[in-house]
Amino acid sequence: MSEALLEVKGLKKHFETKKGMLHAIDGVDFAIREGETLGLVGESGCGKSTTGRAILRLHEPSSGQVLYRGEDVTRLSPARMKAMRRRMQIVFQDPYSSLNPRLPVAELIAEPLRVNRVYARKPEEAERVAAVMELVGLEARLIDSYPHELDGGRRQRIGIARALSVEPEFVVLDEPVSALDVCIQAQILNLMAELQRKLGLTYLFISHNLSVVKHVSDRIAVMYLGKIVELSDYKSIFVEPLHPYTQALLSAIPTTRPERRKERIILEGDVPSPIEPSPGCRFCGRCRYRRERCAAETPELREVGAGRFVACHYYDALGEKKGN
Amino acid sequence: MSETTMLLDIRGLTVRYGTQGGEVRAVEGLDLSLARGETLGFVGETGAGKTTTALAVMRLVPEPAGRICGGEVIFEGEDLLKKSPRDMRSIRGSKISMIFQDPMTSLDPVKTVGEQIAEMIGLHESVSRREALAKAQAMLETVGIRAERSGDYPHQFSGGMKQRVVIAIALACNPALVIADEPTTALDVTIQAQVLDLMRKLKDRYRTSMILITHDLGVVAETCDKAAIMYAGNIVEYADKASLFARPSHPYTQGLFGSVPDIESDAESLNVISGLTPDPTDLPPGCPFHPRCPRAEGACSTQAPPKVEIEEGHFVRCFLHGSGGRAR
Repeated sequence: MSEALLEVKGLKKHFETKKGMLHAIDGVDFAIREGETLGLVGESGCGKSTTGRAILRLHEPSSGQVLYRGEDVTRLSPARMKAMRRRMQIVFQDPYSSLNPRLPVAELIAEPLRVNRVYARKPEEAERVAAVMELVGLEARLIDSYPHELDGGRRQRIGIARALSVEPEFVVLDEPVSALDVCIQAQILNLMAELQRKLGLTYLFISHNLSVVKHVSDRIAVMYLGKIVELSDYKSIFVEPLHPYTQALLSAIPTTRPERRKERIILEGDVPSPIEPSPGCRFCGRCRYRRERCAAETPELREVGAGRFVACHYYDALGEKKGN
Repeated sequence: MSETTMLLDIRGLTVRYGTQGGEVRAVEGLDLSLARGETLGFVGETGAGKTTTALAVMRLVPEPAGRICGGEVIFEGEDLLKKSPRDMRSIRGSKISMIFQDPMTSLDPVKTVGEQIAEMIGLHESVSRREALAKAQAMLETVGIRAERSGDYPHQFSGGMKQRVVIAIALACNPALVIADEPTTALDVTIQAQVLDLMRKLKDRYRTSMILITHDLGVVAETCDKAAIMYAGNIVEYADKASLFARPSHPYTQGLFGSVPDIESDAESLNVISGLTPDPTDLPPGCPFHPRCPRAEGACSTQAPPKVEIEEGHFVRCFLHGSGGRAR
């Protein structure tokens, strides 16, 4: 098993709002091994994108550490951080708004190379742009096209090409296929898997779509309202979800084979506000197993089996109940 | 099934849009029927013509760019395409209503939700304002929102609650047909489950027929009785849900099934349909799917494929299935 490439410890990001402090991420811990894909899932507003951005310091974390090969990224000077960003890149969700509409493909892909002063000479830069385009499956004839002339799939390939142009080791993929049609989505997912194999990349794959996350990830972390509630390898989480929220989330996914589903859990109500959240378990208001202790004491994420983590006081009692 | 039991019968519907880049053939000779109380899943990618078909049924195709060039839309025995604008106005909302994808933009931000539901009731029923408001509050309860919230504005509700309000408006006059255009696409999965569950219950209670436009085969599997798969302006496969899922028979349908990561499957790599949906201003001749089809042959690029019934009620528009074509 490879070493952790990235370690996140007690990461918090709070935003000040008129109504009070918004706890977007409230103490998140996980590690990503070199060459693996960690899937980060959760619903809107759970803090998954903020986590991805805080790791890259696109949002400055409020507290906590982000260790990249043992070095704390949050303490780097601006100059050292800029150098670090060549190793840590991000692909954004929306290929419609994340590309400058006034730049042609060649310029879009060359931009990160120029910002990072990778090549001193134009011909080398042009060579790299052509190589990256080939790598992500963009036809060479598109080099002078503008984003509006291309479909969503090709635009997302540009986004990937921009991230990969500077040869990073680690890439945050923030909902990279959510804006795309299913057929294009499949093409991009297969491309990213192929690139990971070829280039030995490490991914943090952020998505609200559990089916997609299952397809690409080695391990999966489930987030709810600023905290990770469960983390484990991609199989166990689907075979035997431990946290009541994970169970509800899995049962809510429409599947083409509904007859195979054991139980459909329909959660009541909505996700509560992350502004000044109440103490105790964040999920307890919607949890069908809640007890007194849940509202009083916040459950910590703890290891309950080989590589399996869950933040629930009573996960084992739930297991017994099912067994009976 | 006899003709008379059909609530909606679309025959040869053709809709085109005039654009600077040429004429867009959005819907080409589409046939589709729906029985009372039935839910039909209408599946396809962006630009396949699903929404245009729905808008044509409602006579809401944006003019003058868009034009319904031909066909019939028989609803309760009468052709909607022959109705006057005035007649259509009274049909919309009372007999056929529509739920749009984005609840954030389909509600009026400066009116309370109670007023918005009451507005629909007031338009179609001869009731006083007070009675309409009372009925609106009852509708809110029906969709699971407390009646005292009828004085609140849309921004005070979450996304899932807003979509419930939109559903309340759509069902306020107890329509025979509801067309729901991607009603849960903008919602999170747990909220989607709530809303789909609600729609199922209400449909059973009021015996409403529904056309559910979606790109999610899972939603079809869980909510619909029948499914129609649309590609480049026409339906390529139409069947009972069970028959379609047991035996997807058009190469495009098969491709669609292969390209969706399913939570129940362990496939390592997704089967990808190569290429892109065709440019609707320049559809390929013959079968519009042939340039991307792994099983295309000579005839596919020259002749339009026939509609073949491969088992009772299961139609496929492809040469692979009979009428001089190859065996499966």
